[in-house]
Amino acid sequence: MSAAARPGSAVETIAISKSFGGVTAVRDLSLSIPRGGVTSIVGPNGSGKSTLINLLSGTLSLDGGIVVIGGRGLTVVKAHDNPSRSITRTFQEIRLFDQMSALDNILVVLTERRVARALVERGRGARGERAREILERVGLWEKRRALAMDLSYGQRKLLEIGRALAMDVDTYLLDEPFAGLFPAMVEQVKAILARMRDEGRTVVFVSHNMDIVRELTDHLIVLDSGELLAHGDADDVLGRPEVIGAYLGF
Amino acid sequence: MTTGFSRLAAAAARAPVVLVASRRGNVELWANLVILTWAGVFLLWQGPGFALTVGTVFAIWAILAVSLNLVVGFTGLLSIAHIGFFGIGAYAMAILTSGTSYEELRTDAIPTFGWPFFAALPVSAVAAGLVAIAVGVVLNRFRDDIFVLVTFGFAIISYSVFLNWAELTRGAFGIHDIARPAVGDLVLDSDAEFLAFAVLCLALVSLVSWLVVSSSFGRVLLAIREDEQAAEVFGYRVARYKLVVWVISAMMAGLAGGLFSSWARFVDPYSFALLESILLVSIVIIGGLATIWGSLLGVMTFVLLEEGMRFVPFLPNESIGQARQAVLGVLLVLLMLFRPQGLVGRYRL
Repeated sequence: MSAAARPGSAVETIAISKSFGGVTAVRDLSLSIPRGGVTSIVGPNGSGKSTLINLLSGTLSLDGGIVVIGGRGLTVVKAHDNPSRSITRTFQEIRLFDQMSALDNILVVLTERRVARALVERGRGARGERAREILERVGLWEKRRALAMDLSYGQRKLLEIGRALAMDVDTYLLDEPFAGLFPAMVEQVKAILARMRDEGRTVVFVSHNMDIVRELTDHLIVLDSGELLAHGDADDVLGRPEVIGAYLGF
Repeated sequence: MTTGFSRLAAAAARAPVVLVASRRGNVELWANLVILTWAGVFLLWQGPGFALTVGTVFAIWAILAVSLNLVVGFTGLLSIAHIGFFGIGAYAMAILTSGTSYEELRTDAIPTFGWPFFAALPVSAVAAGLVAIAVGVVLNRFRDDIFVLVTFGFAIISYSVFLNWAELTRGAFGIHDIARPAVGDLVLDSDAEFLAFAVLCLALVSLVSWLVVSSSFGRVLLAIREDEQAAEVFGYRVARYKLVVWVISAMMAGLAGGLFSSWARFVDPYSFALLESILLVSIVIIGGLATIWGSLLGVMTFVLLEEGMRFVPFLPNESIGQARQAVLGVLLVLLMLFRPQGLVGRYRL
């Protein structure tokens, strides 16, 4: 566990499940994500990694079980409550506000949530500075006026991470943040995640790249067929025979 | 020294929504030039009387288009229901301002209130807004294609109510002799006075729309349009945002309806048929999504086409209506093929 990790759980699940038609994506899954540090979720395709992220962020509704975030047990996780639970996410398939500029993609998550106040809130004020800081951090300040749809794949990935950073929350759920990135951008994203860990945030990411997982991870969760196969210290978990057999295939 | 203009320019640059596309291409420039020149020449050719009539029609439809653009363009909710709110506003004005002195003109008695215009006009907007709350709560349960179908259903239902609730609307007979704007002895009875008042209302509606879309609320609307679920994930109660903009838009349509019935001095259900609603959506798309100026330009194009078709040689009078719809349809298809963001828009459907 890194020095940034703090005692307690950032997120816990108790026997959560989710099915799509007759297919069970997550089955009675109970796990705990430690507060602070980097947790990776790995598993073969269809093992329920993205479904888990969707359930924790309220993007999908639970069929059963309880999600515990910030000490509160929830049987219904509402997506619009994510900021108040200090949690945010990125998506496996990039979901930016495509016909808005890179700057507006950041500004939109910095603005007032209450409808009446949002109606009278004008100008950028301090949020403009914060947006600049975020865009500089992900290396996109020069592209601030470009529409999100006009950015390259890697830049879009970075902008999506930047949008999550702008939320300034305790827990970040990043669904495959390294997928499809060329090496220089992989290094950039690794640096962003390392800095988030140093700031004491809880970073949870899904990845298939075991080298990155080994390098960044404090805590590893392995899923298989929607169930928890193993979890714990990354080096320890990756050495277990059931993990090697089920996922790594050696 | 910072001038007022430079401050305004700086504020415009900071606004999250660019009302007129910043990257003004040749097409936009030409669209503006051609339509404005066409309008100018046409009005000069036809004379002031014609200009007053066309100008009033333009102002009323422009209020409708600007308000619909809040929903369709800025929020991405393709609504066919707008004509229903227009109708509610028109009937509210007609029923509230009609007096007992008009009773003998009617074959069927309906409630009469004899309200003055300026008391009835806000009620026209509020009535449309109240119905919009009820409809909006239901609509919030639907997205995409199903949303469009449900708004389609509302347009059909509202038309049926106007047509069949004869005890209130006089059904197909319509309501005559609707009050003109008046304050004490000052009655805005002439076409020029009514045009001035309609343009004032259009300016007010455009200002309110601009205030809405250039606020943080407007930025969230754009995000909802782009990805409703993602906006929700980032903490926005999307249903509330959609309901608020829906109601604001409906109230503006109600206002336009009140103006319309007062101007025409007559309403019947056929002014609020489904085809009119589809026409209105086409106008908003042709002008450009998420641009107030685009809505004005779209209505201008529509009004010029409508009136211009009267002067097409060899076109029988009885075919003018159908020809206008055909031309508008062709224009819409061409735009979707070659310029899906509309004449001056920057967003695609």
